Amino acid sequence: MHELSIALAVVDQVDTALRERGAERVPVRSLTLRVGELSGVVPEALDFSFGVAAEGTALADARLLIETVEGRARCEGCGRDTATGMPPDLWCGACEQAMSLTGGRELEIARVVLEDLEIRQGDDVPEASHVPHR
Amino acid sequence: MCRTVDLHQAVLAKNDTNAVELRRTLDDRGTTAVNLMSSPGSGKTALLEALLTRAVAGGTPAAAVTADLATENDATRLARSGAPVQQILTDGLCHLEAGMLRGKLEGWLPGGTRLLFVENVGNLVCPASYDLGETLRIALASVTEGEDKPVKYPAAFGLAHLVVITKTDLADAVEFRRDDFLSGVQQVNPGVPVIETSARTGEGVDALLAHVLRAADGRETHTPVLARQHEKHLHHHDTPSAEHSHAPAGTPR
Ligand SMILES: Nc1nc2c(ncn2[C@@H]2O[C@H](COP(=O)(O)OP(=O)(O)OP(=O)(O)O)[C@@H](O)[C@H]2O)c(=O)[nH]1
Ligand SMILES: [Mg+2]
Ligand SMILES: [Zn+2]
Ligand SMILES: [Zn+2]
Ligand SMILES: [Zn+2]
Repeated sequence: MHELSIALAVVDQVDTALRERGAERVPVRSLTLRVGELSGVVPEALDFSFGVAAEGTALADARLLIETVEGRARCEGCGRDTATGMPPDLWCGACEQAMSLTGGRELEIARVVLEDLEIRQGDDVPEASHVPHR
Repeated sequence: MCRTVDLHQAVLAKNDTNAVELRRTLDDRGTTAVNLMSSPGSGKTALLEALLTRAVAGGTPAAAVTADLATENDATRLARSGAPVQQILTDGLCHLEAGMLRGKLEGWLPGGTRLLFVENVGNLVCPASYDLGETLRIALASVTEGEDKPVKYPAAFGLAHLVVITKTDLADAVEFRRDDFLSGVQQVNPGVPVIETSARTGEGVDALLAHVLRAADGRETHTPVLARQHEKHLHHHDTPSAEHSHAPAGTPR
């Protein structure tokens, strides 16, 4: 399944990024992804897969936040700036020319928020921070 | 207080990096890769067998890699052309990634190979997200699948350098509405060339091979609108990829 591969790539990359920062043992509180409407990835399916991919990692209890980005295009001919819709319409009928894409292909890890270790020292993983994934 | 780490990384950065490296490696060897994607059963293998046979007969060194969830049937069919062929069994994975392709090519790809055809797993969803280091990406659909395939799978058809219609020998029997199909293609990928083929009758096979050879000769390929997003950055800058362009908007042919 597509979204599972994507979720695994996300978990792997966050893991590497935290390792590089010497923070691989710090639990992640939340993870924000930016997902474009035209990226070919379905946020709901990604949310589900993330729960599976994160199991047993520093991301296990992380809340997944997905910012969706609208598909947008601009016509260089008439200057029209518009939502592409889904499926996208990338042709300006008035000018008979292709439009330029200005948004919607994003598929990126924006940021992670780490738990504060000082407060958590000696604590069990707090139940409240766990957001179950459907 | 929590610590926020701004990452701003493309999710597929690892694959993109592998693809860029593979494209460079192939380039150094004088090999042009062609990535073929379609729904299961659209006729990728049948068309590829015809293409390989023509290429071999015309003296063009061509090779193929075919990916399936299971069975080596497609590799067996393709090998009948006389071209070197390898099968990748993805073991359940529904798409190919650049690292998997590279692994298969290492130690196998014959020196002097000019064209390397890669038959992706039959699937129009995820293969679209994975750059394999190809110079030419072809999205195929058969006339029996319905005219709305391009708008149902906008990423697959929207990112293609070339769209191929297959099984045209069946077009009349299924009352294929060519204009509807073409307008869907135009909507998601304005200006992309379309070639109509039939592996049964041989229609379009020579035109397709000629198109591929022009790309291999360094002729510029179509740039899909979806592949160039302006103003916002899709990838982080250490991994330049084909999809990351700051060039001003061009008008596709
Ligand atoms: N009439 C007709 N049938 C075709 C043509 N091309 C392929 N077929 C038939 O369509 C079926 C599927 O063809 P394949 O070449 O195996 O399709 P594929 O895209 O490689 O399939 P997967 O690898 O399973 O995704 C087979 O029964 C072929 O004989 C064609 O041009 N005309
Ligand atoms: Mg096949
Ligand atoms: Zn316009
Ligand atoms: Zn897949
Ligand atoms: Zn940039």
